[in-house]
Amino acid sequence: MASLLGRFCRKLVVPGSAHGSRMTSTTACGSETVKSLNLYSAINQALHIALETDPRSYVFGEDVGFGGVFRCTTGLAERFGKNRVFNTPLCEQGIVGFGIGLAAMGNRAVVEIQFADYIYPAFDQIVNEAAKFRYRSGNQFNCGGLTIRAPYGAVGHGGHYHSQSPEAFFCHVPGIKVVIPRSPREAKGLLLSSIRDPNPVVFFEPKWLYRQAVEEVPEHDYMIPLSQAEVIREGSDITLVGWGAQLTVMEQACLDAEKEGISCELIDLKTLLPWDKETVEASVKKTGRLLISHEAPITGGFGAEISATILERCFLKLEAPVSRVCGLDTPFPLVFEPFYMPTKNKASSSSSLSSPSKNTHFLIHGFSRLL
Amino acid sequence: MALSRLSLRSNRFLRPSTTAAALPSSIRRHVSTDTTPITIETAVPFESHLCDAPSRSVETSSAEILSFFRDMARMRRMEIAADSLYKSKLIRGFCHLYDGQEALAVGMEAAITRKDAIITSYRDHCTFLGRGGELVDAFSELMGRKRGCSNGKGGSMHFYKKDACFYGGHGIVGAQIPLGCGLAFAQKYSKEEFVTFTLYGDGAANQGQLFEALNIAALWDLPAILVCENNHYGMGTATWRSAKSPAYFKRGDYVPGLKVDGMDALAVKQACKFAKEHALKNGPIVLEMDTYRYHGHSMSDPGSTYRTRDEVSGVRQVRDPIERVRKLLLSHDIATEKELKDMEKEVRKEVDDAVAQAKESPVPEPSELFTNMYVKDCGVESFGADRKELKVTLT
Repeated sequence: MASLLGRFCRKLVVPGSAHGSRMTSTTACGSETVKSLNLYSAINQALHIALETDPRSYVFGEDVGFGGVFRCTTGLAERFGKNRVFNTPLCEQGIVGFGIGLAAMGNRAVVEIQFADYIYPAFDQIVNEAAKFRYRSGNQFNCGGLTIRAPYGAVGHGGHYHSQSPEAFFCHVPGIKVVIPRSPREAKGLLLSSIRDPNPVVFFEPKWLYRQAVEEVPEHDYMIPLSQAEVIREGSDITLVGWGAQLTVMEQACLDAEKEGISCELIDLKTLLPWDKETVEASVKKTGRLLISHEAPITGGFGAEISATILERCFLKLEAPVSRVCGLDTPFPLVFEPFYMPTKNKASSSSSLSSPSKNTHFLIHGFSRLL
Repeated sequence: MALSRLSLRSNRFLRPSTTAAALPSSIRRHVSTDTTPITIETAVPFESHLCDAPSRSVETSSAEILSFFRDMARMRRMEIAADSLYKSKLIRGFCHLYDGQEALAVGMEAAITRKDAIITSYRDHCTFLGRGGELVDAFSELMGRKRGCSNGKGGSMHFYKKDACFYGGHGIVGAQIPLGCGLAFAQKYSKEEFVTFTLYGDGAANQGQLFEALNIAALWDLPAILVCENNHYGMGTATWRSAKSPAYFKRGDYVPGLKVDGMDALAVKQACKFAKEHALKNGPIVLEMDTYRYHGHSMSDPGSTYRTRDEVSGVRQVRDPIERVRKLLLSHDIATEKELKDMEKEVRKEVDDAVAQAKESPVPEPSELFTNMYVKDCGVESFGADRKELKVTLT
């Protein structure tokens, strides 16, 4: 349970900041002023910049007018007017469909789905309309200006319908992109890239990090490229791949493993569809071991895709089976959340299982720390 | 109103003056068990769409009105207790409170039987109580304990009670509407003359699935009553900002509708009685209950960023359902001020006892994490954090 307490009792220092994430800045030079921001403020800044730089961009969704349930859209309606930032009635299917229509006319529609758990009524619109528009019209039309933002993931007490991680469903749809940031600085850059990307993007924001993650975020307009994974921690014994809030858990597992002498390489995938196979392949060819971790249930989760691809590409270099530390195959539970979640101890014990030559005392410590 | 007062005056002499003395002292003294019918006029007329509105004169009895008072007081107390439990972190997750809307739950129950089905959204604590749910089961479920009505696995949004045909407690807005019409479909097959009340809110009224369900229900003449609990705010969005036509009772278009003062338990009873008769004969009907919630959308919502405190206190002063019934009881001499206050004290104690009892119930076993996903599974193995210790074959 220590891992659970840890999640709540302190503001997190976001992984990767110590190593300095590689950033593509749109300004040529000059000192960048940074500000300490949490995730929702960083997203808010990105939205402000997006609306400012493109007069044909719109933000809408349920309750976004007053700032949204997570404060991501504060100040937008006041600054850009009710014609560009407005509330919709409660109908996800309508919201996304409406956004596709707006985007088809060359506008940028930044649509908010209040919780990723509610995205399913819009699933048909995303899969059958948004993803295939360009393809079926022979490039005459497209809805590339569409970006769908949704808070996803566990939050400690969300229960069945405020904690889901549905990214796997969307990764199965050619035609859209799926992007998940891990921290405030990443979120701002990735969101701006997603909004400006000429393809429809589904942007999942880890809601647990909205307040908890604080980072120095540059105040200027910058974009982080999509489909480029980042090695946020270098190592030589095992590669760990993850995205979103799970990376903070995995970084803790890496630190624990290091004490036992296991050197971990941690990769943030950032874009799940299309994902950066080359970076992960290069890493696994170096380390020979792979562990994937995500909150979504293990069966059919995106970890399976990564595992299959890496197996194809790195078979001869693998020294152990690919390990997946994920949520359990149950609906996201209410009181059982701590059991369901892929905690750092599960990750730690799994990584030692993949490294049988290393200290096996670690295995026993892992289990006792859990309960 | 004057006419009904006259009829009651004569009733007073008929009321057995030895009611209290006739009961053994071990039973709580009932101030009035009189079931002689009395007629009360509703304050607000019904508005109808494609049908004739029912009469404003509601047949009731002293005992019934008293039971309204007691039940609503119990519901109100439960919600307030849930509020403080949430604030002291004994209830986690999401908690959507119903205080202000109690008249709907009690009025509906008075008009129907426990074999008629009710299905509602996540604001379901009082509906559960109305269906005969126990306070201790409700509190246990809220706190995620084994004793809870859904074995602690559902939480605030997922109360169910099978033996009372209460089909719950649904988190996704509007998802229960087609479900409710499906229940009505099954009832039509069974030919047992029961109906389904499908409750949804003004926010859900804009969901596409409502219109899909309405069309099918009307096409196949299902005994479905769609009840829009219009508390005027879909979370933070007022009805005038989310609906082109906030006359939700007319939204059924080809389906008849009725607009009801949802803060008046007797009006609710009359409307539900009327609706049940209509649904069994003519198919679906939409009821719009004009009601109000005092709390915000959920415990994370203060409820004051999109409406003024004056508005909330104004409604509380003028339209509070419990106060209305209290005034009725006092003006008709069914009970005295003191008797009602004593009743409220008893209810408060009931609730406190239930909370204490619920706190003692244990959390469900960890193996419960894996149960009830499938019926007889294909022997799929599922395991917990420690693959060796916590392993379950899904059965």
